[in-house]
Amino acid sequence: MNLRHLFVLVATLVVIGVSAFTYKVTRLGFPLLPDASSQLWTVEARIEFMRYTPGPAKVALEVPTNPVGFGVLNEHFVSRGYGVSIREEGGRREALWAIRRVQGDQAVYYRLSLFRDQDAKPPRGADAFPPVPELEEPYASALEMVISEVREESADVATFTGTLLRRVRKANADDDVALLLEDAQTPLQRAEVARMLLAGARIPARVLQALPLTSDTRQVAMMPWLAVHNGTQWLYFDPASGEQSLPRDLFIWSWDSASVMSVSGGTGERIEFWVTRKLEDALSVAKRRAASHGSRIVDFSLLDLPLQTQSVYSILIMIPIGALLVVLMRNIVGVRTFGTFLPVLVALAFRESQLISGIILFSTLVAVGLAVRFYLERLHLLLVPRLAAVLIVVVLMMAAVSVLSYRLGLEIGLSVALFPMVILTMVIERMSVVWEERGPGDAIKEGLGSLFVAALVYGVMNIDLIRHVTFVFPEVLLIVLAVVLLLGRYTGYRLTDLRRFRVLTRNPPTPGPD
Amino acid sequence: MFAELRKAGVMALNARNADFIALENPRQLYPAVDNKLLTKALALKHGVPAPELYGALSAPHDIRDLPELVAQHQSFVIKPAHGSGGDGIVVIDSHRKDRYRTCSGRIYSWGELSHHLANMINGQFSLGGHPDQAMVEYRVRFDPVFNTVCYLGVPDIRIIVYRGYPVMSMVRLPTRSSDGKANLHQGALGAGICLATGRTINGVLGNEFIEEHPDTGMAVVGIEIPYWEQMLNMAARCYELTGLGYLGVDLVLDAQRGPLMLELNARPGLNIQIANGRGLISRLERIRQVDAGEKTAEERVTLTQEWFRHAP
Repeated sequence: MNLRHLFVLVATLVVIGVSAFTYKVTRLGFPLLPDASSQLWTVEARIEFMRYTPGPAKVALEVPTNPVGFGVLNEHFVSRGYGVSIREEGGRREALWAIRRVQGDQAVYYRLSLFRDQDAKPPRGADAFPPVPELEEPYASALEMVISEVREESADVATFTGTLLRRVRKANADDDVALLLEDAQTPLQRAEVARMLLAGARIPARVLQALPLTSDTRQVAMMPWLAVHNGTQWLYFDPASGEQSLPRDLFIWSWDSASVMSVSGGTGERIEFWVTRKLEDALSVAKRRAASHGSRIVDFSLLDLPLQTQSVYSILIMIPIGALLVVLMRNIVGVRTFGTFLPVLVALAFRESQLISGIILFSTLVAVGLAVRFYLERLHLLLVPRLAAVLIVVVLMMAAVSVLSYRLGLEIGLSVALFPMVILTMVIERMSVVWEERGPGDAIKEGLGSLFVAALVYGVMNIDLIRHVTFVFPEVLLIVLAVVLLLGRYTGYRLTDLRRFRVLTRNPPTPGPD
Repeated sequence: MFAELRKAGVMALNARNADFIALENPRQLYPAVDNKLLTKALALKHGVPAPELYGALSAPHDIRDLPELVAQHQSFVIKPAHGSGGDGIVVIDSHRKDRYRTCSGRIYSWGELSHHLANMINGQFSLGGHPDQAMVEYRVRFDPVFNTVCYLGVPDIRIIVYRGYPVMSMVRLPTRSSDGKANLHQGALGAGICLATGRTINGVLGNEFIEEHPDTGMAVVGIEIPYWEQMLNMAARCYELTGLGYLGVDLVLDAQRGPLMLELNARPGLNIQIANGRGLISRLERIRQVDAGEKTAEERVTLTQEWFRHAP
């Protein structure tokens, strides 16, 4: 019954740990590897115009809301002297720059940072069914003709749209379509015609304006894209090829074919779009992504703490890993150490002092401490005062090492201050007792065991991946806890038992009951 | 990798701690064995013979009472009430005025002895460093049966008692290389004892089976231990005395008073398997299967002697 209880507990811990971990990796995009970077695009819209006579000017720019497949990290409105306001109306967001009195060349900027976010909410609901466009002859019958032909060759909204777009593309071979397209020169206008044809079949469709996101810095132009609602969701089509697709690098700016920009009080207005891609620390992107999801997980994580506290926790959170190693070394391998978790604390000190010099410092401290302890033994001191005396000597020694090494120009010696001095004192006391009672062999063996485990713990703690994972995903500590609980019921042999009991693997000279 | 150990039925530390000590020995019963003063009082109550207590020193100012306590006794033993592994024990062979001579010949001045006692009372030898008491008790005069196979030190007999059944036993014989200490891994010689006959079997030194004592050259196999039945009965009774299901009982054989219970151990070591040349697991399993109903200590001893009889 005990064991089942344990297994249930372990399983629960593992499930919680693993699911929190997977949620953060797959849903929120927390990076598994340290120094991972995420793609981050900066899109800049630059609007220029001219005002010859002094007077007021007003610029309106439609700006994206909830772009499909992307998340907005931040947006900036840059201008000189203009007042900026945002107006939202029917799913359309507009930035307004206004100024009372201005003259000459003018420029305003809109800049937004984007990251890839596959889980963004669906862009918008369905539109109402459009009315059949009222056209004059011969356009009306051409429209009717095209629609009925395309309807023959298609099964549903998606295939209808695809077939229609292919016909629009090959307009030359098709008189009816060619007639409808006669005024359409630009791709945008052609897409508009396609939309009108879809409206003829009462299919809700929208001509979108989208920007291709490039990997280098360059100027890009809006391209039309077509969105068709099939009753349940929006389907995207490339109006030029007729293929149903929404490229990963296509950023939908506007859900309308109307010009995204308008200027009043100025002339010669034009708009340019510039795209820059940069790689940013994946962690900070993930944090902002989680925030944009409204996920509270980041608000209650270590990443939200003040930086100084974070750096403390990035060390503390490694201690369970060290404890796990100690459990493994003691209960599975069978290494003997002084003090259960002394090696972990010493390993933490090694982090500052580096391994080799740390080992030298540790051995020096213990050796001198032992010498002092043996000397004090001759003075017949009581136990607690003697411990206090050793502690004072240890502190003095640490100070001396720091001062000396600083004088010699060795920075390393300064890190001695991080050694856990009270624990060192206990080790010295314990070691001297073992030394006297069981001989120096045992004492040194245990001392070396402690150093070995400390070095191992240090080595593992220094693996960047483990540091990163424990800090970003503290929930893996639940898994560590589960493993430790399981090891708590490990009743098998330790590696050192092989040596200790090897005589028992031979047959005893006197036979008897086993 | 561990198949051979498993086949030999070796019980190792992890299994002992998790499967036996954690299950059979409830924490609240530990004081009865960890505090040797309490053990002695319980032993007296249950009629298990133990070395006579001359007195206990509980505070530093009690130390000056020592000469008065031992005025009637030429030799005596000082040990910490919460000690473990024999740490801190001083055996005084004789004393005159302020000079105390141990059985190994070292002379303690009064100052040195009282310093040692002060350390003991301050907890240097106790588990966890808690303040302790120093016990002053009868010094055992060892029965000459082991004289030929013992170099200095204390030959003691350890019996493992599982649920009141003695399951395995050994005698530990100090050697020159163990410096008079009785720890097997420090070089002492261990010899298993057949539970049925009380005769030693399988001397083991280090990791080798031997037949003769390395220092005295006398046979260590086939020594017949006197009062063996009585010892087994004492050990079995310690189960009722403590309530601990997995127990190590340490006995010594006094020349005049016969077997005496020296101390009890709630976490007995595993070296007894080495001394016997066989693992404990199968014997423990056997008792787990048949344990049924209330039996007296004597009945349990009879049963265990039937089960675990070695070939002659």
